[in-house]
Amino acid sequence: MTGGTEAGLKPASSTLGTRLAARLRGGGRPFARPYQAYLFLLPGLAVYVVFVLIPIFGTFRYSFFDWTGFSPPTFIGLANYVELTRDADFWKAIGNNAFFVIFYTLIPILLGLFLTSLMTRGRLRGLVIFRTGLFLPQVMSPVVVGIIWRWLFALDGPINELLRAVGLAAWARPWLGDFTFAPYAVGVVGSWVQYGLCMVLFIAGAQSIDEELYDAARVFGANAWQQFRHVTLPGLRQQILVAFVLTFIAALRVFDLVFVLTRSGGPGKQTLVTSILVYQQTFNRNRAGYGAAIAVVMTLIIVLVSVVVLRLQARDEARDAAITV
Amino acid sequence: MRRSRFSPAGQRTALTYALLGVFLFIAVMPFVGIVLTAFKTTAELANSPFALPKAWRWENFVAAWEGARFAAYFQSSVLVVVPVVVISTILATLSGFAFGMYRFPGDSLLLLIILLGLMVPFEAVIIPLWQIMGDLGLRNTYWALILPQVALSFAFGTFWMRANFKNLPTELVDAAVVDGCTTWDVLWRVLFPLSRPAILSLVVLLFMWTWNEFFLVLVMASGDLRTLPVGLALLRGRYATDVPVMAAASVMVLLPVLVVYIFFQRQFIQGMIAGALKS
Repeated sequence: MTGGTEAGLKPASSTLGTRLAARLRGGGRPFARPYQAYLFLLPGLAVYVVFVLIPIFGTFRYSFFDWTGFSPPTFIGLANYVELTRDADFWKAIGNNAFFVIFYTLIPILLGLFLTSLMTRGRLRGLVIFRTGLFLPQVMSPVVVGIIWRWLFALDGPINELLRAVGLAAWARPWLGDFTFAPYAVGVVGSWVQYGLCMVLFIAGAQSIDEELYDAARVFGANAWQQFRHVTLPGLRQQILVAFVLTFIAALRVFDLVFVLTRSGGPGKQTLVTSILVYQQTFNRNRAGYGAAIAVVMTLIIVLVSVVVLRLQARDEARDAAITV
Repeated sequence: MRRSRFSPAGQRTALTYALLGVFLFIAVMPFVGIVLTAFKTTAELANSPFALPKAWRWENFVAAWEGARFAAYFQSSVLVVVPVVVISTILATLSGFAFGMYRFPGDSLLLLIILLGLMVPFEAVIIPLWQIMGDLGLRNTYWALILPQVALSFAFGTFWMRANFKNLPTELVDAAVVDGCTTWDVLWRVLFPLSRPAILSLVVLLFMWTWNEFFLVLVMASGDLRTLPVGLALLRGRYATDVPVMAAASVMVLLPVLVVYIFFQRQFIQGMIAGALKS
């Protein structure tokens, strides 16, 4: 059964590699003819290389060129990146992405924790219905979500009608066209999409927390808040990390929602985000090289955040394993 | 043994349900609203936006389907989603099998390279993709929409199916090999039946992601080649300001995913959570 083990003992540099190697050393793989593996892998890998891997390097390469997308590109070194540092639109977009992190990440995680704290004690009936309903915004097309909320926020839309009906007519306004309120309005939609995801993640996590920990906390006289603070919250560390990385990436990547809600970042540049900027520079202003540079920065931030959180998670797991041993 | 409604615990439960109900309402109500709007006339919507429609009229759906070309967009969506899901699932099952059941030189390196595909957004590949599709003469064909989505779905699917195959009992495989089964027999007759739940979840997730994909289609497709979300977002002219027609078109975009979601909500939710935890 260990016939194939000497075939590929590699230095494991990453946690992924380490875990993989550990798995492989422990249990053996059933098949000993590696060339077959390449055959199974080849068709998918070929598509992946041509349509993902090569383009990634292509984007990186183009970011050093002045290129319209049509004419032959001219090498300009780091000029695109230098321009980025002075581009007010770019910093505005990055700033807006950072602002949306509050609504995409922070608020949904807090709401999710709050709802989880409500639901963890005692068995609730109809959990499936709540779970299915609360998760719904996560599953539906962001374009439709955008269209629905554009209608809800419209000057003669339901939200303003409701304000008028309760005597707050002075508050009624075209929310998405308002210089001050548009970023908040877009943010609210983001929170609405993300909190169900956080909640579902946390509930799944909370269900695996040992009931005895709560009993122990009660014996020591912990009240509901203390139980949440010292049992539920630490127990959900992994899930909070995952929710953080998912929603954070969503905040950085957001495109379709903004594209539909404020017709690409308006009013002015109040809701402009990085991905919209990539699109506009590349396909509306024919500055593909510059668009590529923005895309590279955006991708680097996403990969960096993912890797850091994965590391944190791996360290967590290692520590847990150490405790168990 | 029922808890008294007036005991502290009972009050707590009631409060929990009330709060959950409020949040459920907030999550679901906008979708209910759009469905109701799709059956109203413009005048009806202005007068009573929250009421049920007076009659269940299908005119808005006809207007969207025929007038606003949603028949063409629907066809595009189907012609893109079906191949993407089928091809990605097959390719990912094969590669997941390779990573889960074999060890071979370069396996962990290849896995890391594929992991990259789970992180990069379409923005990171779109400019060269546009160029490559031009070089291959595929720009403005369905292939320009299908192939990149197969490639990114392959990355997710590989991790998904690898986890599945690693969790299957190896004893079964060993027994089958001893019995003289070929590798193909093992995969097809022994492992495939055991992997059906994982494959079903994968199909459901890929269906949703591909159906909702926006950025790639926005860049690569024009005219009737557009899929439903892009057709809806770019709708211009007289239907674009007609809220009930827009609502009817939105329902057409939502409905297929909604039906699949309601039937397979367990696969959706567990799949997205497990996928997130694993990747």
